[in-house]
Amino acid sequence: MRRRREGSPFTGLAAVALKEAADHMTSARIHLVMLLVLLTALGAVYATIGEIKQTFSEDQFLFLRVFTMAQDPLPSFVGFLGFLLPLVAIALGFDAINGEYNRRTLSRVLSQPIYRDALLTGKYLGGLIVIAICLVTLWLLVTGLGILLLGLPPSAEEIVRGLAFLLASFVYAGVWLAVALLFSIVFRAPATAALAALTVWLLFAIFWSMLAPLIAGAIVTVDPLNPTTAVAHAEWQTAISRISPNMLYGEMTLALLSPETRTLGLVFASQLHQALLGAPLPVSESLSLIWPQLAGMVAALVVLFTIAYVTFQRQEIRA
Amino acid sequence: MSAVIETAGLVKRYGRTTAVDGIDLVVERGEVFGLLGPNGSGKTTTILLLLGLTEPTAGTVRVLGLDPLRQPLAVKRRVGYLPDEVGFYERLTARENLSYSARLAGLASSDARRRIDEVLARVRLTEVADRRVSTFSHGMRQRLGIADLLLKRAELAILDEPTAGLDPQSTQELLELIQALARDGITIVLSSHLLGMVQTICSRVALFSRGRIGLCGRVDQLTADVLGGRYVIEAEAEGADLASLLGDLPDAATVLERPGRWRVEAKGDLRPEIARRVIGAGGTLQSIGLRQASLDEVYARYFETEAGHAKAA
Repeated sequence: MRRRREGSPFTGLAAVALKEAADHMTSARIHLVMLLVLLTALGAVYATIGEIKQTFSEDQFLFLRVFTMAQDPLPSFVGFLGFLLPLVAIALGFDAINGEYNRRTLSRVLSQPIYRDALLTGKYLGGLIVIAICLVTLWLLVTGLGILLLGLPPSAEEIVRGLAFLLASFVYAGVWLAVALLFSIVFRAPATAALAALTVWLLFAIFWSMLAPLIAGAIVTVDPLNPTTAVAHAEWQTAISRISPNMLYGEMTLALLSPETRTLGLVFASQLHQALLGAPLPVSESLSLIWPQLAGMVAALVVLFTIAYVTFQRQEIRA
Repeated sequence: MSAVIETAGLVKRYGRTTAVDGIDLVVERGEVFGLLGPNGSGKTTTILLLLGLTEPTAGTVRVLGLDPLRQPLAVKRRVGYLPDEVGFYERLTARENLSYSARLAGLASSDARRRIDEVLARVRLTEVADRRVSTFSHGMRQRLGIADLLLKRAELAILDEPTAGLDPQSTQELLELIQALARDGITIVLSSHLLGMVQTICSRVALFSRGRIGLCGRVDQLTADVLGGRYVIEAEAEGADLASLLGDLPDAATVLERPGRWRVEAKGDLRPEIARRVIGAGGTLQSIGLRQASLDEVYARYFETEAGHAKAA
């Protein structure tokens, strides 16, 4: 109790968050990344809508197909988002703290009557504000484009699913923002921090799905005569691949935007007994399906932010 | 309570290296106090400890009667800090940078606007207030740094190497600004390795060496101490040989520095006596003056003895 500090750690939080958000909104770097996301996403959606118009005739969730259908050679809108959202988050966060060191603004800012907490949390919140604005804009654009080109309004359920998808995307981007923020504290050079963050991004976006079966194979050897080893192998593989936030995000979007998804992971034929294959689940069921994924992602976000927080608190101000 | 800063036995270790090794410092209200010493002697660390930006390994700090570790916000509200090589957000204008500081300090926006205009005028940056800081010279940045700490009406201003890397004219401008602040009753603590500059504006100084304060006191006292209480008189004369003229004076050593110029070291001020004797001997006295010892000499002398002790030990 003796060493208790006085004053709220939230003093100045709003000032930092709004300033960071305003800085991002006017920075050329963010404009470029946003433009990339916007163009690819709109391109994907436009192509998908053309496809939907030609082939689909009867589908309860036609509108959701705008998000999920892939039109060769372009991936689907959610595929693009899963790939590019980390890039947006990294662009927002990789020089958050080390940039302040290098501009030599850190000691001046910290000599203002605020705690370090406010600076770090404010920077994170500032990034989240920008991500939220960007996602909502994108979502509205795509929905609008869908209404306009399909001539079909989304149903209430589709809107609820769309909003849940928005939330999932927000949490997913938040995880990557925390990764970028952490690297910006650990590495003093912004270029190193950016490369480190991009390495992790590439690892999870591209290589993790290749590595997961290899690692699972190393843990469990599949014996062709013993089917339980195959099950164990598959379970290990799923568990390992779920370390990747990209995998979790993929599962979430799948369950949310393709209502006919009944399970994420391994299914036995016995479990499908009496199931109406292809029949959609109600929203509440889909939500409970993704609950573990969402909770895991929020947990990852909190853990990463805490590590960043502790590292930053322990860091000396002077270089 | 007139002491603005009080530290006792302040120690800061980074791993195995000791940056600050037992500092006892008292700065009174209204002083201009200089922290002097070579780079790496613990000046900046001491400043960070005063601001509560780093935690001491041992010892206590009181700033304005508050503990910077337990009441950091209260301390930082009343203490302004100009860091070594102060940085600003390059893409923002001077006014925007200040308004961010004002928001961090929790000033109401109408109040802030008025104060920003006021401090910009004070440091003579009004004309460039809406230019991006990236176009600013080093001197302008330092002045903006001063504006930044004036903004919150600091009672105590801590300046870390304020004139490092400035050209002579900017240095002069900045020193005048600092003196003006002191006249307004702001207590000023500044660190520097440029001793000449400190000598002109500081009322008291502390000499740092390897994390300790070697000497502390008023500038004239320190210089007198170093010269051992002796007067050094320099005289230029023609047609008279001072060495023989002053030969009979007790406790005066006269040395010919170069033809026509002598240096006299004595216990008292011998200037009138010397002048009388030169003229009495039919010579012409061209100049005569009392030499002031500079802090540089104090410094050199002090660290000479320090090094001597170190060698002996």
